[in-house]
Amino acid sequence: MTDHADHFEMKIPAKAEYVGVVRLTVSGIASRAGYSYDDIEDMKIAVAEACTNVVNHAYKKTGYMLLSCVIREDRIQIIVADRGESTEVSSLLENIGPIDSSKPVSELKEGGLGLFLIDTLMDKVEISNESGVAIVMTKFLHRDGVEQHVDGIPTSADKQEQGQKQ
Amino acid sequence: MNLDIKTEHSKEEAILYIEGEVDAYTAPQLKEAIEPLTEKDGQLVTVDLTNVSYIDSTGLGIFVGALKSSEANNSKLRLVGLNQRVMRLFSITGLDEVIDIEEGKKEGTQ
Repeated sequence: MTDHADHFEMKIPAKAEYVGVVRLTVSGIASRAGYSYDDIEDMKIAVAEACTNVVNHAYKKTGYMLLSCVIREDRIQIIVADRGESTEVSSLLENIGPIDSSKPVSELKEGGLGLFLIDTLMDKVEISNESGVAIVMTKFLHRDGVEQHVDGIPTSADKQEQGQKQ
Repeated sequence: MNLDIKTEHSKEEAILYIEGEVDAYTAPQLKEAIEPLTEKDGQLVTVDLTNVSYIDSTGLGIFVGALKSSEANNSKLRLVGLNQRVMRLFSITGLDEVIDIEEGKKEGTQ
């Protein structure tokens, strides 16, 4: 297998109005790489969630989000990074999970579903926090057209273990 | 990448027809349209998502907020017309267990 990879990079103002532009870009790249409609829709949501985190939390004033896409034969890696200072990864990772329907409605959370969705919709997710936050999201290409089903919802704790398996 | 919202009122029911994509940019518009309606005692608020092609966590958060508001103000929130993709997100996040949702068909309430 050749280790050929195509790289894309984009620098986008960290503003809500441009999240849709990133979504369209990723959609175009994934479509070109041969992904199914459902996989592309999953990636659109994941990348938008990552960008929304940057827009809402990374910068006190203005800044940029950096989008990189790496296309390999069997996978695509989508990286959303910022150079902000105000996001602590530990605070991002708190309370990740679906809605708890046993709770009274008044206690349901209105935020915090973003990272949970990224985790659920992508095959592999890594977060690093060196200068700013970078989220690396991987989706594998299933050429046989068989959809992979996510049975369990991975928690942030077993994510690393999952990453090592792959 | 825009959102179009039309609201119809009858005696006890308000129907919001949402068209477009609900994301971090357009969600505030949705919030502004839904929230005042859920604050009316006894109001049934139906949100028609038939023409919503995309939604993410920001949009889901608006519906959680609307649900809270409807419970606090004795109104009722109902979502109708969700396509498969949109419905999937409500299922993954468990919101389908707390919000009244009717998938994929419109009711003749006009």
